[in-house]
Amino acid sequence: MAGVQVSNVSRSFGAHKALDNVSIDFADGGFYALLGPSGSGKTTLLRQIAGFDFPDSGRISIGGESVERVPVEKRRIGMVFQNYALFPNMSVADNVAFGLSVRGEAKAVIAAEVQRALDLVQLGKLGGRRPHQLSGGQRQRVALARAIVTKPRVLLLDEPLGALDKALRVDMQIELKRIQREIGITTIFVTHDQEEALTMSDRIGILRDGRLVQEGPPEEIYDRPKSEFAATFLGDANIFRGDSTGNGIRLPDGTAIAAGVGAALAAGAKASCAVRPERIRIATDGGASDATNANMLKGQVSKRIFAGNNSTYFVERAGQTLKVIVQNTGADRLAEGQNVVLRWSPESTVLIAAS
Amino acid sequence: MMTTRILEGLGRLYIFLLLAFLYLPIIIMALMSFNVSPFYQLPFEWTTEWYASLWQNDQLISATWNSLEIAIITTIISVVLGSAASLALYRYEFRGKKVLQALLFPPIAIPWLITGTAMLIFFFGVGIGRGLFAILLGHVALALPYVIVVVSARLQTFAPELEEAARSLGANQWQVTMRVTLPWIMPGVIAGGLFAFAVSFDQFVVSYFLSTPGQTTLPVEIYAAIRKGFTPEINAVSTIIIVVSMALMLLTARFFKFGGEK
Repeated sequence: MAGVQVSNVSRSFGAHKALDNVSIDFADGGFYALLGPSGSGKTTLLRQIAGFDFPDSGRISIGGESVERVPVEKRRIGMVFQNYALFPNMSVADNVAFGLSVRGEAKAVIAAEVQRALDLVQLGKLGGRRPHQLSGGQRQRVALARAIVTKPRVLLLDEPLGALDKALRVDMQIELKRIQREIGITTIFVTHDQEEALTMSDRIGILRDGRLVQEGPPEEIYDRPKSEFAATFLGDANIFRGDSTGNGIRLPDGTAIAAGVGAALAAGAKASCAVRPERIRIATDGGASDATNANMLKGQVSKRIFAGNNSTYFVERAGQTLKVIVQNTGADRLAEGQNVVLRWSPESTVLIAAS
Repeated sequence: MMTTRILEGLGRLYIFLLLAFLYLPIIIMALMSFNVSPFYQLPFEWTTEWYASLWQNDQLISATWNSLEIAIITTIISVVLGSAASLALYRYEFRGKKVLQALLFPPIAIPWLITGTAMLIFFFGVGIGRGLFAILLGHVALALPYVIVVVSARLQTFAPELEEAARSLGANQWQVTMRVTLPWIMPGVIAGGLFAFAVSFDQFVVSYFLSTPGQTTLPVEIYAAIRKGFTPEINAVSTIIIVVSMALMLLTARFFKFGGEK
């Protein structure tokens, strides 16, 4: 096992800057998600760490050893591919055995290790099957067993759950996390699914246009996004734009919004506030304010989407549509067209420098 | 109901006619190789006389061995070179790759008569001259594009992640090729080999141009024999070759599903 350090890595393909001076420290034994839209450079970064491609500049080290010019077959990494990339001409057991076999391990050692890896992913009895005889979830497990049986220093996963249906994906998320904890391997996981990143990882790195936008534990990024992009890409957010007042912003129509967390900005600078939809309370117009320091805005419900455990209200105000999520507590639901008052606390409001 | 039945009947008739068109001449030739009359006269009278006299025909037998030898060596050389070339074209980007790929196809379309003439002139020019070695060189040159086309087509169905997965598991380039890529393209390699064998074994024009009297291949020998005067021995040798090559084809088709995905 080993940590991975990426320092000032840049990589261009022609005129396109796929990675622009990216530095991340992946701690030993951690579960790390690289999150970003397609074309953000997250897969390029993973391929640099794997060794399929070399950076134009910058350093990559695994366990303290510089590897940025070491080809993939000498890096001792394990990788799970998006479409699993199981060898179709081999049985499940032979797929898992491949890494040990090219290393020239003894047959008896290989058989024992393969069985242990297959047991770990709960496929102990399917060693004789062919990949095409397996379900998507089973193939995923074989790919994982094949990647970890060689005891790699780091496990790299390229959108491994993307091809699975929703229910199976949730099962596999739990399973993957269990296996990762059990063997304690440093894991770097590329995904464009923010929910997956939030639920599985110890730390998240958000990438956009080849740059690292923000990096930290999921709670920190969700509660204190440092940019509008981070706020809207990881979860949902209402964004207000205006001029900084030092402890909040003033909207173009004069309304003040107080922010309790986020950047320290001088008054007068362009700034934004981000508010999560579930932090906003919604009430019918005319109701009394229940908190003196609450931010307050008036608006009209334009649409309600009922999703069982909660409802999403779209509220129109001054040319802006705000999103409010209300838990289903049995209280009366609001009708479309109704005038409402929105209230939320400054502690739920993140001040962000204008990008 | 009625129309589907009629259509089904028409379909069967079509397939029957197609097979008849393909196989009737061959079947008649095979039957005549067992007929007493050398002039295709009926009624049919069974004999194996022509097979017996074929056994005495040293010229025909040595030409058959020449043909087999050349076809087998041509197959081996063109399969090895062609598969390696296909892999290189698949894996690497290099200057002039597009031009090279484009230039691989025309030789298939150029009439063999012209290729044969060109080879004869060229081989004389460089001092190779005529003979079995010249024939072998010519056949490899003719067969190579077929192997590359067939193997490259198979490679198009190969998932490049498989090579990446193998490398991530520590396999070097040779191990990746032998254990992952080659097993996948094997049906293409076998099919390409069959093509190469057929191109060489059936080859008349180029062999005719490049052979010397006495040192020649079966098709050239058959042609020479027919010009001297037709004998049912030709039917006999043809029948043997057809039986052997059909058995070879059917066996290969049985073990390798051509173009199959699994």
